[in-house]
Order: sequence, then C-alpha cells, then structure tokens
Amino acid sequence: MLEIKNLHARIAEDGTEIIRGLNLTVKAGEVAAIMGPNGSGKSTLSYILSGREDYEVTEGDILYNGESILELDASERAAKGIFLAFQYPVEIPGVATMQFLKVAMNEQRKYRGEEELSTPDFMRRVKEAAAELKIAPDMLKRPLNVGFSGGEKKRAEVLQMALLQPKLCVLDETDSGLDIDALKIVADGVNALRSPDRAVIVITHYQRLLDYIVPDTVHVLYKGQVIKSGPKELAHELEANGYADIIGAAA
Amino acid sequence: MTAHTASPMTAAETALMDAYTQQLGDLPGDGAVLSARDTLISELKASGLPTRRVEAWHYTDLRALLRSIPAFDATAFARGVEPLVAGSAVLRVVGGHADGSNAPEGLTVTTYAQSLLSGTAAGDLAARGNDDAIGQLNGSFVRDGLEISLADDSALAQPLELQIVQGAGQSHLRFPVTFGMRSRATVIERHLSQSETGALVSSVSDLIIEDGADVTWILVQEQGAADTHLGQLNFELGADAQFRLFVINAGGKLVRQEVHGVVNGEGSDFKLRAVNLMGGESHTDLTFTLGHDVPNTTSTEIIRNVVFDRARGVFQGQIRVAQDAQKTDAKMACNTLLLSDEADFSAKPELEIFADDVQCGHGATVIDLNPTHLYYLQARGIPEKRARQMLINAFVDEVVEELEDEALVAALEGIIEGWLDSHA
Repeated sequence: MLEIKNLHARIAEDGTEIIRGLNLTVKAGEVAAIMGPNGSGKSTLSYILSGREDYEVTEGDILYNGESILELDASERAAKGIFLAFQYPVEIPGVATMQFLKVAMNEQRKYRGEEELSTPDFMRRVKEAAAELKIAPDMLKRPLNVGFSGGEKKRAEVLQMALLQPKLCVLDETDSGLDIDALKIVADGVNALRSPDRAVIVITHYQRLLDYIVPDTVHVLYKGQVIKSGPKELAHELEANGYADIIGAAA
Repeated sequence: MTAHTASPMTAAETALMDAYTQQLGDLPGDGAVLSARDTLISELKASGLPTRRVEAWHYTDLRALLRSIPAFDATAFARGVEPLVAGSAVLRVVGGHADGSNAPEGLTVTTYAQSLLSGTAAGDLAARGNDDAIGQLNGSFVRDGLEISLADDSALAQPLELQIVQGAGQSHLRFPVTFGMRSRATVIERHLSQSETGALVSSVSDLIIEDGADVTWILVQEQGAADTHLGQLNFELGADAQFRLFVINAGGKLVRQEVHGVVNGEGSDFKLRAVNLMGGESHTDLTFTLGHDVPNTTSTEIIRNVVFDRARGVFQGQIRVAQDAQKTDAKMACNTLLLSDEADFSAKPELEIFADDVQCGHGATVIDLNPTHLYYLQARGIPEKRARQMLINAFVDEVVEELEDEALVAALEGIIEGWLDSHA
C-alpha cells in the first residue's frame, strides 16, 4: 500500500535536511509502529506523507498504491484516503465542527465521484461514531477543536478518521497527553478500523500505546532513516533497553 | 476645512452643478426647502468635492475618485424583490420613488417627497458641517424617501425591510425614522442595484431612538460593481436605550458609508458591527463618529474587513467622550484580512477623551489567512479554494452570529457566502 523509497526531505524555509534516505514499506492490513528518539524525524515524516507544504522532498519517492503522490496537494492525498491524526490538532475559531465534518466528507466524496451525503444520513453517521468514542454532543456544537481538552482533541481526530474511512491512517503521537481511560477509548476506535484493506502507521515514543494497538511491525527511526525493523517484540526490546543499543549497532 | 484657491471644476463637479440648474424646477419642495437646497449646492460649489486635504476625506479623495455623474434617468428599469428575511414587512423605494402604503401596524409612514412638498423637511436639510459632502449633495437633490415613526411602547413583530432598488441614473433619498419610547424593532435598510452602467445613490438615514427603545438596524449595501454609493446614518440615542447597528458592505465601486451617533441618554448601549467585503478595483470607506455626551453609557464597535484584488478599504472611527461623560465604557476594534499583495486598507481609530473616569480602547489588526488552519482543512480533503472560503467566512461570521435571530443570521450569511463565491 505504501512504499517510501530513499526519501530525502528538508524544511522548505531554511533547507535543514530532516529525512535522509528513508525506506519503508507498509502493506494493506498491516499496522506498523514507528518509534524513535526525539528529533529523529517522526513527525516530519507524518507531515510529508500528508502533503504539508512546509517541507520539500529533494530525492526519492513515496508510492501509494503504486503511484507517486509527491505531486498531489494535501486535499488530494486526503481524498485518496491518506489520513493524518495530528499530534496537536489545530483550533479554528469560527468554523463549526459539524460544518467542517460535513464539508470534509462531502468534498472527499465529490473528489471520488460519489454522491454527497444527505443531511439526515450525515447526522446519523456522526451520532453513531461520536457515541462509540464517548464524545458528548455538546462538543460537536463548538467551533473546531476550540476549548477542547487534550483528550477531547485526540478523540475528535479519531472521530474524523472513523467518519472519513481512510485507507492509510497515520497516527502521530496520538497517545501524548492522554490518561489511561482516554487512551483505551482512542485505541478501541483505531482497532475498530483495522481491516485487510487498510493500513495504519502508529508513530509513538512509548511502548504503552502499542499494548492497546498491537502492531505487526516495528521500525526504528533515527536521524531521518529507518535503522532497524522487526516484529512487535522489537518494541518490548526498546522499552527495556532504550534506543542506545540499536543506535550504536547502526552507527 | 482648509480654504484653497478655486481650481477648475472637475467633470463631475460641473455635471452636478448643471444637473442642479436643470432639475431645479422639478425638485419637490416649498420655498423654505428650495432655499435650503440653494444653500447646500452653493456650499458644495464653493468648496468643491472634498479632496485628501480635507481631514475627514483624507483616505477617500472624492474629487479624484468620483470621475463622472450619471444623468438622471426617470425611465430606468428597476423592480422590487423578495425581502431578505421571509415574512418581513416591506416598504419599497424603487427607481427613486417611495411607496409608503402597506405599513405594518404601529408605524406611521409618509413619503419624504410629501415632507419636502409641505416644507416640514426644510429644517432637516442643513449639512453637518463644511466637510459634509454627502449631506450637501443629498440635501441639494433629495426627491424622496420615507419618514417613519414607531409609536411609544409598540413593538414590530417582524423585521421591517426598507428596500431601495436602484436602476440606472441617480437617486437621492432620506429616511428620518423615530423610534418612540420603549419601542422595539428590527429594521433592514437594504440597497440593491439593477444598474449595469454605474448609478449614483446618496442616502441619508436620520434615526432618533427615544428613551428605553430597543432597536436593531441592519444596513445592507449591495450596489452594482460600477455604482457609487454615498450613505450616511445619523442617530441620537436616548436614556436606557439599546441600539445595535450592523453594516454590511458587499457591493459598489466607490462606497462611502458614514455613521454619526450621539449618545445623550444615561444607561444606554450602542453596538456597531460591520463587515466590509471588497474586491476588484473598488474603494470602500466606513467612517464613524460617536459622541458619548452623558455619564454611564457603553459602546462597542467591531469592524471586520476582507480585501481582495486591488481593492482599497478605509475605516475611520472616532469616539469622543465629553467632560461630563464619566463611567463611559467604549471599545473599538478593526480587523482586516488582506488577501492580495495589491489590496490596501487604511484604519484610523481616534479617541478624544475629556472625562477622567472612563474605560476606552481601540485596536487595529491586519492579518493574512493562517497557513496552519488552511493546511489542517486541506489535510481533511477540503480543496484549497473551499478551505480559504471557510476561513474567510469564519473571520466575518463571528460578528454576524452576534445577531442571534436565526433567520437574519442565515440571510446575512447567504449574502456573504454569495459574495465570496464570486470573488474568492
């Protein structure tokens, strides 16, 4: 589903290279965990996948279902099924949450040549998905993410994911700022989306989230490269011994 | 005003003077009205159209901007339309002619043409001052409008729409409106144009809001892309009265809307909310002056401007607090979204405070759309154009939503969305 080949990328504004020859393959149905110390390029990778214009790809390619997505803007990538759950969801005053959800769902449908949702159908879907994630109807009446607690923001991200039904889900530090109850709710939401035709990339600092979203593969990112890949047990190893051994072995 | 040596008249000035001579026999009014008109046109002739050397017109050089004057056209096509909010009572001024019939209960309505003919209007025609070019122009040429009064203790169940539809040519209109004590009303002053050739409209509304009245006045300006709109709204606010004025400018090529208020009753509150949408090569000026003349009154002004293309916008806001007006609380904010490198906006907030125990403040900001907000919306599959529209809408909608009345909010949102659809 996703193939990243020898990717090099830098910050557009100052030219700082962050991703330095990254290779990664994620198959349909797979849950891949990306771990690594601070500053290894994890969040940058998620932004580049989503099409954020603050970064420039200088070499290599990103293939999604066999096609390069480098020329697509963020909205086109999203409409093709790539979803990034943000580490820091953005508060947008003045944009009503419900309006935002409806426009996003319908714009994606339009892009794919599908019919727009009727209002009752839209309302029903939101209600059901919100109930699953224990999101109070009051929260949906507020402007997008405005005044949401950290946990509410993360749940709102997973709600968007559940409604948009993407094919490739990228979760950037979705566990940060969550207490254990909220973590379980969010993990249940993600697990409900696991399916043979969908891939999930979980970016995290800690093993903790991976107890709830159990990965198929684990990849260690360091200085903009994947320096080690392995089965889920690799995460336990990292938790026990830290990154130093692996970094040392790769150096 | 600075006295300056007589420079040759511009084409527009000559056309105005000629029009006055030609129209003279035909303009409604008794001797007193005629004499007031003569005074106004001589004032205008003596000073000429104001230039940037006149302080009140510094950012809108009317002499340079008003290039030509369309001829009066009594046969121009214009037709009334449905009200903005379904169920409103509608009084129409179509092609310059007012119809005062079908007024809802509680209202007394006469046409301004009648007031001119009978001479009762003569005392109201004087200009606000030497620099009041709108008052001079309007008073010289005014032919019609509506004189309205709402009885003490009465309330309008539905909004009243004053629908002013302009065809080609010129119209000069007046709307003296008195809201009696403790009355309640929502009035929509709506300017529309069906002219494609560049009409000239001047419109002066004089509102008296008596003690304890609660009034919402919505001024919607949607003139055509080639039109000139010169508007002025004057108000006096009595004790314990509440006045919410909402101005939306979404049309016109050359627009100057003035709002001049005097708060002269204790315990009253005034709110001005304005949305100015500007695009193309248009010039839109909102000029506001407010006098807090008595103690214990409050006012807030929030102006939101969206400027596209090569449009130019102006906001001048002046709040004066008289020496006696202790405990005045006045706050003014002017926020502008500049969406093109060639767009231009000038903001000139002024506070003149002569009392020592007051709270007054003003602020002006100029911003571009937040790129992180734009990225977040796009990352959810919303194409850039739509995402930009949503954010622009959000910027102005905060102000619109304060109106609370759902039908009214929806109608104004419709105007804004329609405008953005054709400009964004």
